[in-house]
Amino acid sequence: MNSFADQLLVLVMLINLVMLGTSRLNFSIRAVAVQGVILGILPGLIHPFSGHLAGITIGIILAKGVVIPYLISDAVHKAHIKREVEPYIGYVPTLLLGAVFTAISFAFAEKLPLAPEHKDLLFVPASIATLLTGFLLLTTRRKAISQVIGYLVMENGIFIFGMLLTEAMPVMVEAGALLDLLVGIFVMGIVINHISREFSSIDTSRLRTLKEE
Amino acid sequence: MWGSRGGAFVFFPADPTTCLLVAATIIAFSGVPGLLLNRPALGQLIAALCIVAASILGELGVIALLSGSPASTCRIDWPLPFGPALLSVDLLSTLFLLPLFLVAGCASIYSVAYWPAREKAGAGKLTLFLGLFAAAMVVVVMARHGVLFLMAWEVMALSAYFLLTTEQQSSEVQRSGTVYLIATHTGTMALFVMFSLLRGTSGTFVFPLSHSISQAAPAASIIIVTALIGFGGKAGLMPLHFWLPGAHANAPSHVSAMMSGLMLKMGIYGILRTLSFFDVLPDWLGWLILLIGTWSAIIGIALAAAQRDLKRLLAYSSIENVGIIFIGIGLGLVGQRTNNPYLVICGFFGAFIHIINHGMFKSLLFLGSGVLIHGTGTREIDRMGGLARRMPVTSPLFLVGSIAICGLPPLNGFVGELFLYVGAITDGIVDPLPLAALIAPVLALVGGLAVISFVKLYGIIFLGTPRSEAASHSHDATAAMTGPMILLTVGCLVTGLAPVLLVRLVTPVVIFFTGLAFPDIVRVTSQVPLVPLTIVNIMLIFLALVIGVAYLLRLRTSPRSLGATWRCGYLEPTSRMQYTGTSFSEMAVGLLGTIVSPSIRRPGLATPIPTAQARFDYTVTETVLDRILTPTLQWVGLAFSHLRKVQNGQLHIYILYIFATLFILMVWPL
Repeated sequence: MNSFADQLLVLVMLINLVMLGTSRLNFSIRAVAVQGVILGILPGLIHPFSGHLAGITIGIILAKGVVIPYLISDAVHKAHIKREVEPYIGYVPTLLLGAVFTAISFAFAEKLPLAPEHKDLLFVPASIATLLTGFLLLTTRRKAISQVIGYLVMENGIFIFGMLLTEAMPVMVEAGALLDLLVGIFVMGIVINHISREFSSIDTSRLRTLKEE
Repeated sequence: MWGSRGGAFVFFPADPTTCLLVAATIIAFSGVPGLLLNRPALGQLIAALCIVAASILGELGVIALLSGSPASTCRIDWPLPFGPALLSVDLLSTLFLLPLFLVAGCASIYSVAYWPAREKAGAGKLTLFLGLFAAAMVVVVMARHGVLFLMAWEVMALSAYFLLTTEQQSSEVQRSGTVYLIATHTGTMALFVMFSLLRGTSGTFVFPLSHSISQAAPAASIIIVTALIGFGGKAGLMPLHFWLPGAHANAPSHVSAMMSGLMLKMGIYGILRTLSFFDVLPDWLGWLILLIGTWSAIIGIALAAAQRDLKRLLAYSSIENVGIIFIGIGLGLVGQRTNNPYLVICGFFGAFIHIINHGMFKSLLFLGSGVLIHGTGTREIDRMGGLARRMPVTSPLFLVGSIAICGLPPLNGFVGELFLYVGAITDGIVDPLPLAALIAPVLALVGGLAVISFVKLYGIIFLGTPRSEAASHSHDATAAMTGPMILLTVGCLVTGLAPVLLVRLVTPVVIFFTGLAFPDIVRVTSQVPLVPLTIVNIMLIFLALVIGVAYLLRLRTSPRSLGATWRCGYLEPTSRMQYTGTSFSEMAVGLLGTIVSPSIRRPGLATPIPTAQARFDYTVTETVLDRILTPTLQWVGLAFSHLRKVQNGQLHIYILYIFATLFILMVWPL
């Protein structure tokens, strides 16, 4: 089963690169939804089946794969935007950076003092690579929506790491993470709403005017 | 001696601690009705009455304690992780509580007329923080627990800030408020270090018993030094005094009275309390305190002589008086190390008596300055003049305060200094290496400069003819303002005429603090000529009265011509031909040039009579603040301004910072 889990993790990392390379927002949202669904399946593969686990799986697939992507695409429609234009760093350089970061995270995971049962799995490098991708998205994209997506990807990275830590995931931790995420989305949604209303644009680089001199 | 009188207070059975805590609570909440009521004037009146009632209660508690009734310890089991908080009073506390309640009561009555809620904005805030300020000081003196002490200390410091910034629209007030805030918190930082080390040494935040910590304890010296920095800054010792003149000058006058008369003393209390923890004090400490005290006294009064601002002059004189108090403490500590009971007793008697005295006469002078500002609308003494006729009540009261602060008989300021003189001179006779005897000429110098400063202050303000329109239309204050001043004046006169009262008041405190036996103290104090002093003082006053009456009688009979004061035979004198404060002290300032160094810009006179308009500027600068601290901090600010580029307002860059940090932490161990 573990080799299948590893293959899914490779898929997750490929989706990371896809998100770095694309300029279309709808495509990014769909990609993050697919990533969320894969993450929802993963716990079922590495832990023995239980009712609790099934609940968590369904919850995660619903939240990460359906509800949040739906909310974001709704926001995209309302703000009338289709694609991310003018990222700070071009698509090809970010793609290359993403590849470099993925490689670094593999090197880093090698050095980490992990428990022996986690040594051979791809969980740790995949988690770090996803985290770094999220950061890369957050820093290189201008539009607030793209940043929300970056935030989601980062959260996915943390989630992958969380799967390692506990044998059976305590509901509280996961519920807390999801709540955190939801609040983040809400805040971002409100911010986007206000930015587009005030500045008729959701370009966060225009927020400089708020800087205290 | 007080114990035998304990029976007289049987009618007052309450425990002093309870009594003082109740008083502190009433004072703390006295300003609340003013915030809730619709009529601010009524709230102000209620607050004043509350504070007066609580002050009387507090004074009763202090008297009960002085008369020997034992004080209980109040324990608060708070949920904080520092152990239960303890509150208690002992004889050292009474020394500070006695003037505290007196001045707080006086200031609260005074504020009703000085800052009437009907006419001036911010009265509600002023009343609230005045109560909090006074109550916090009571708790500071009563706290027997480091954390509780620091809390009360902070409440005191912050309420003083809010009181001082009452007129917050003025940029000068804002500046001095900020300087004060920075100074007080720097001091508090030192106190955090001190109380942490104290906890490390004694194992608990509860104050250790007197003389229970060995001088050999590793942190002992650091505790003492941090206490000197933290408390000394609050007391206004040089060179940590820089916040004081601005803060005292810009606060409303009754607040200045409380800050100068009471809050500075909290710093002295803190140092005395800290010193009482140690069994033996290091040799250098007495000399260090003596040196700092001398420095503060001389430079404080030298700067006072150069001031043109009424309240700044008083503020610098506060630094001088704190210096004198520290000279006393230093003499006492030096005496303890050299086993010279004369020095110990005279030093501590002088310091403790001066603490009470300064609380009275400095508050009196600040309240008086409030009347002057109220009447003339300015703090510049060079714009006043001729106010003795226009303020017939305030003028003699101010005169009494001025004589008292110069340390001249027949007033109380002399009593404290007399002890210091006796101590220093005795040391000169007894000690083979009479270094401490050098204090006597220092005190004489300080006294002389004080006389110059206050002759200038009184003479320029009250005598002569008015120098400005506002001064000529000024008027005396209402009874609510002069009443508290009269009370303080009576206090100064009574203690000046009967110094035995002060000595008896302070004797139990000295016994408590030094651990000397009562007979030893009597042996020394009996050699200080207190009874002759009383007789001479009474004769002096009698003589002054006789001369005054004779002069008045003479006036009636002799022919008189009416004219401006100091007309000096000129046909058309103008008020601008009089001495100004600056010209009066010009010579003294010139002699003290290196210390005071005012910046003077004078026009060059090529011809005997200036042909064009010329301008003469005279600004007194504050050396520590204006020449050292401000430039240094400006330089630091400039150096750090490059760091502001980091804050560029780009959200992405901020995220990049987090990213970079994370990345570095990731790569670091590789």
